[in-house]
Amino acid sequence: MTIADPKAPRADQADLDKAADRPEDADQWTAKIRTAAVEALPPQRMLPDRQPAYVASWIYVFGVTTIAALVVVIATGFVLAIFGPNWWHVSSTGLFVNSLHLWAVEVFMFAMVIHLWGKFFMAAWRGKRKATWITGVVSFLVSVGAAFTGYLSQQNFDSQWISTQAKDGINSTGAGAIFNVTNFGQMIMWHIVLLPLAIVAIVGIHVLMVRLRGVVTPFAAKNETPGAEGGPTSGAEVQA
Amino acid sequence: MQAIAVVFGTLFGALIDLNKPGNYIHWGFIQMSYGNLIVIILMVIVFLAAILIPFKSHKSKGGDR
Repeated sequence: MTIADPKAPRADQADLDKAADRPEDADQWTAKIRTAAVEALPPQRMLPDRQPAYVASWIYVFGVTTIAALVVVIATGFVLAIFGPNWWHVSSTGLFVNSLHLWAVEVFMFAMVIHLWGKFFMAAWRGKRKATWITGVVSFLVSVGAAFTGYLSQQNFDSQWISTQAKDGINSTGAGAIFNVTNFGQMIMWHIVLLPLAIVAIVGIHVLMVRLRGVVTPFAAKNETPGAEGGPTSGAEVQA
Repeated sequence: MQAIAVVFGTLFGALIDLNKPGNYIHWGFIQMSYGNLIVIILMVIVFLAAILIPFKSHKSKGGDR
């Protein structure tokens, strides 16, 4: 990065913006990363104004429903973390937020399973979309772990029952040596730190892959001229 | 009126009341709570509805559709 002459008149941000992408700066690491990022993730593809006509179906709403539920899960989780178990078990507001957290998770898993069924029957891994499919599967598996550690973090008889039932299963896999489901401190850290970070990261990559590759095209009908099956989005478009 | 309440209570009370031990179905080696079974049935219904119910979309200004 080139440092401006401190004695020169101070340039404001607009002047610096105009100075970007100078040919003589092309070998700087900031320019290289910026150029590579814009080439790999073009803004018009990241947030498009139009979608292919075939996404005009209810089956395509469950991906974004899952993300909307995830936002509510994380927001209510923040509130629960601020006030703690004495609040979420006793006060009426705490019980309400705790219930919001639970039911948002129910919606999250519900919508994600329907999203998974829809994409499975579309064979949505076609057209260089294997990474999209794999990140979706991994996010589902991590979400199961997050929900499980959530049940263990309730601080009630239910969580005691679940942990004592689950320990035998976990121990039978050998994972119990490092993942002790009866250790509340460990489980809540997995639930509120490690697994949420993993889910947000994987879902973020998943959404980037969807935007990059586009939504998978439907299978051609029997009497339809076969096109580029599963290829990049093309043909008629409809406004988003 | 009371008879209706008794009928509905008998039909749905056991499924909805969470303050007592849950009810489970036993089908060979498969054991599942009614709560989970209801959720799975609802998911199948919503999945089929999402495929079958037409989606009212915007008309493209460019006349693409």
